[in-house]
Amino acid sequence: MIAFEGVQFRRGDRQVLCGITLEVHRGETVALVGRSGAGKSTILKLINRMLEPADGRVLVDGRDTRAWHPTVLRRQTGYVLQEVGLFPHMTVAGNVGLVPALANWPQERIDKRTFELLDLVGLPPREFAARWPDQLSGGQRQRVGVARALAADPPVVLMDEPFGALDPITRAELHREFGRIQRQVRKTIVLVTHDMREAFTLADRIGVLDAGVLVECGPRSMLEASTHPTVMTLVESAFN
Amino acid sequence: MASLFHFWSLHASELWTLLGQHVALVVVSTAAAVAVGVPVGIIAARRPRVGAPIAAAASIIQTVPSLALFGFLLPLPLVGGVGARTALVALVLYALLPVIRTTAAGIRSIDSAILEAADAMGMTPRQRLTKVELPLALPAIMAGVRVSAVVGVGTVTIAAASGAGGLGEYIYRGLSMVDATVILAGAVPVAALAMVVDGGLLVIERALSARRPLSRITRVVAAAAAVVAGAAVAIAATPGTERIVVGSKNFTEQVILGELMAQAIERYAALPVDRRLNLGGTFICDRAIQSGDIDLYVEYSGTALTAVFKQPVQRDPSVVLEEVRRLYADSGRSMLMPLGFNNTFAILVRGADARARGLTRLSQLAEYAPGWRAAFGYEFLERPDGFRGLANVYGLRFREQPRVMDLTLVYRALSEGQVDVAAGDATAGLIDALNLSILEDDRQYFPPYDAVPVVHSSTLLRYPEIGAAIARLSGRVTGNVMRRMNYDVDARRLDPAAVVSMFLDSLDRGV
Repeated sequence: MIAFEGVQFRRGDRQVLCGITLEVHRGETVALVGRSGAGKSTILKLINRMLEPADGRVLVDGRDTRAWHPTVLRRQTGYVLQEVGLFPHMTVAGNVGLVPALANWPQERIDKRTFELLDLVGLPPREFAARWPDQLSGGQRQRVGVARALAADPPVVLMDEPFGALDPITRAELHREFGRIQRQVRKTIVLVTHDMREAFTLADRIGVLDAGVLVECGPRSMLEASTHPTVMTLVESAFN
Repeated sequence: MASLFHFWSLHASELWTLLGQHVALVVVSTAAAVAVGVPVGIIAARRPRVGAPIAAAASIIQTVPSLALFGFLLPLPLVGGVGARTALVALVLYALLPVIRTTAAGIRSIDSAILEAADAMGMTPRQRLTKVELPLALPAIMAGVRVSAVVGVGTVTIAAASGAGGLGEYIYRGLSMVDATVILAGAVPVAALAMVVDGGLLVIERALSARRPLSRITRVVAAAAAVVAGAAVAIAATPGTERIVVGSKNFTEQVILGELMAQAIERYAALPVDRRLNLGGTFICDRAIQSGDIDLYVEYSGTALTAVFKQPVQRDPSVVLEEVRRLYADSGRSMLMPLGFNNTFAILVRGADARARGLTRLSQLAEYAPGWRAAFGYEFLERPDGFRGLANVYGLRFREQPRVMDLTLVYRALSEGQVDVAAGDATAGLIDALNLSILEDDRQYFPPYDAVPVVHSSTLLRYPEIGAAIARLSGRVTGNVMRRMNYDVDARRLDPAAVVSMFLDSLDRGV
């Protein structure tokens, strides 16, 4: 579904990514782990063409991102940010229904879809649809962010530290919800986190980034067996 | 206070017209500033390199005193000229800065996560602007609009100086009549209007920043604004029928003469008249009649010769009249018969000083001048038949550089002892009212200043009855008559329209 082939990315003189090669299969959840500045978010932005590679190619659905129209590509790619980025001048329903509205769905269909999604993320629509973002708790806001990303039923969902700003109890609750939702919708998900425990909980495979290099990528068992010092440190952190 | 309400009730329909013009100017100029300022503000927020110089230019314009800005614009082609056009250009220039600033600030202050989300949602740049950036910046933009509109209410007052109308007319009229009631008659509604505009826009601003479906509110506001703007424009544009436009300069006698011309045309020619009184000095009136913004005003023969046509000074009254008649005729304007008085310059001293020193003639002044201070109107200092020639002929040298003052303030400055000598008009009503003495021009320095109506020739061709109506006045407005009418308005605080109407009544009765 998504493939990186020898991708290089520079910002000024700084080499942000070097030679990333990675494949994400349809319906699979891949977590990217690494410390801040390791290049995790850059990988997400290369997928929906918010950025373009300096060298190599990024393929989505077998097609180079540079051949996709950015608007078309982004509407097929849900995106959840750490800061959520809900639009403060729109209600919860307005935020969730935004992408369908941009795609000119009829209002009836938008409303139906919005209610479905709010149900899916565990926010009763009758209670929450008309609320404003600043009337929600952090966890509720993040749920709305997930619903918004899923609104137009995109095959791919990108999540940038989606649970990073939440307290541990809410985070654990949302981790359970994530599993439930993913079993229902079966999306291709690329998730960025600095928390190895979260990665183990949510992902089928985990990629570890260190200074722009993908040093390891595989299921939990493979990472636990790794001898790479960065991977070992991260794996250890998950058991503390 | 009672006199203020009395004035308003006497002038009710005029008050509403001026208020309508005032509101129309504010609404139209603010709307134009939004139409220009919001896009510029967006550009300024996106590309500081393009936006910064524009914002800087707007800041510089903001620092130009408004009266000076009107002065700059008046002589310019296309944007200039007497009337609402110049005023609108100046008002828009003033209103731009707050709108540009708040738009740019409002857009720049949007959280980057929100913009990233908008991009990641697959919004096109236009969708991002209209669905996210503008709605979020709207409360800030409204705050800028509010500032612009309130500043505009004040600035429009000054626009009356360029003949745009509005409540400033009362303020100017009051200033030239030294009548606090008339000043307040304009100033109080302006202040009230500023508060209403500020309060109204604040309510809208609050409503916009409240959490409500924005699109609906925006639509309501836009509809309301459109209705108000439409109504205001309609009010301002109603005098669509052909009207004779009478102008005047900005001092009492000129306002009376303007009123006299207007009433004579209404009374004897039965034509509708628009009054654009208090326009400004000679220069503005001359320009207005040349451009056809006004159809007629009353000029003085000596002023026309030297100030309008830049000819050398002449002293023979009939030679001056002939010369001026020819010069006007050559340039599309017609000079009618003189009204009957000569408003020459009068060099004035306090009556008490004159009596104490036996001072009656200008040739005696040189003796006292070195110990005295003088004040003159701006025109008198500049023109060739003004101060410089006078000083030569009479050998005058004052204690210090003569002070430049508005003509309307000179008499009071003299009577209150701020200066000891002043140049005024021979027909000024305040001369008697303030007990001032005119020194006789015993060396015949001042040229004649016979009051003559000047009419745009094409107007006279279309409405020959105007010529006939004004001819009924020729020779009837003597120096005594003029001084008394000036006195009635300046000292007795009578309404110019009433004074003129009484004079015309007495003429009609053959008194």
